[in-house]
Amino acid sequence: MKRVAIDVWYAIQDWLETFGASQIFFVRLLAGVPSALARPGLIIKQVHASGVLSLGIIGISGFFVGLVLSLQAYNSLAKFGATESIGVVASLALVRELGPVVTALLFAGRAGTALASEIGLMRATDQLSGMEMMAIDPVRRVAVPRFLGAIIAMPLLAAIFSAFGIFGAWLEGVVILGVDEGAFWSQMQANVDVYDDVLAGVLKSFVFGIAASLLAVFEGYNSIPTAEGVSRATTRTVVLTALSVLVLNFMLTAILIGKV
Amino acid sequence: MQQTRAVEFGTGLFVILGVLALFFLTTRVTNFDSYSGEEGYTLTGRFDNVGSLKLRSPVAMSGVTIGRVTSIDFDNEMLEAVVTMRIDSRYNVIPDDSDASILTQGILGGQYIGLEPGGSPEYFADSDEIQFTQSALVLEQLISKYLFSQGDKKDGE
Repeated sequence: MKRVAIDVWYAIQDWLETFGASQIFFVRLLAGVPSALARPGLIIKQVHASGVLSLGIIGISGFFVGLVLSLQAYNSLAKFGATESIGVVASLALVRELGPVVTALLFAGRAGTALASEIGLMRATDQLSGMEMMAIDPVRRVAVPRFLGAIIAMPLLAAIFSAFGIFGAWLEGVVILGVDEGAFWSQMQANVDVYDDVLAGVLKSFVFGIAASLLAVFEGYNSIPTAEGVSRATTRTVVLTALSVLVLNFMLTAILIGKV
Repeated sequence: MQQTRAVEFGTGLFVILGVLALFFLTTRVTNFDSYSGEEGYTLTGRFDNVGSLKLRSPVAMSGVTIGRVTSIDFDNEMLEAVVTMRIDSRYNVIPDDSDASILTQGILGGQYIGLEPGGSPEYFADSDEIQFTQSALVLEQLISKYLFSQGDKKDGE
């Protein structure tokens, strides 16, 4: 019994240490932002790596999420004779919740793992130490551009996800199930708000972008320099990003709804 | 060099696509145009009860939306609700004795302000107050009125 208590205490201590280290790393990243902005070429390359290369998975996932939302909403709303509302249901669900959250989860799987393993391998092959020996700060040269690139990419990806989702909802609802097109769009326009819904979604995805890229860069940078260490860093990136995005999502939603 | 150009081209395309998606979300999906009421004039109305009227609820005349509710306040001295609405400047010949009432769209729909035209030769101008207003109907009050009137009838018989 006592052993268990001690183990739990060590686990909590370990977790707090990691959390504190990640926050200190966050401050280091922020301190490196001005000098990284002086070399936009590096950031553009990272926007390409984490944004452009994630476009396929984001677009296709958004499209299919939209299709299934529309189909589910149609079947439920048909009981009330309110099938025209599928546009409202699909667009609110996408813009407020699914767009930012699912994009962040997919992003962790597609781009976060790539970031973590890339930086982890740099650590394992002593590239980061090499830079330090040449008096180049690896945080500024390697970590900050990746961090910024991912932050820029995330809100754009979430918007693309939502737009593709609404296109999917339109295709399923209007073209296949035969819901009236005018009612579909006009009800959507009457019930979706620019600030409370769309802007809130963009804000969410921005915060998720910070969380996801911070965790990926942090885990990669602090990985144990072995093959196993890199694989652990990659796994932890996905797990921690998924958890923190879902927790942050609840907190942000509570704040945003409380304000309205 | 060729590689860098391809990366930059792809990134530019991606950013444009993202901005286009945001543009689509704001203009096609939301009530964005109801915010762009730059040209227009404001009217106020005092109501005993605004029911579930909300900010940006429509103001309609003959069923056509001509403006939006911009604020709902409570007047602490008169103990009334003060509703401010912004009317599109295209509709500038509304008689100033028109009356405003809070109505409901459909059975479950949201509430809106319906304007009934009056017969005055003068028109509403900016920051005028609507003199004749009718509050929202509250279901409980209607039912209690009906029940009391039934009770009175029984007593009379």
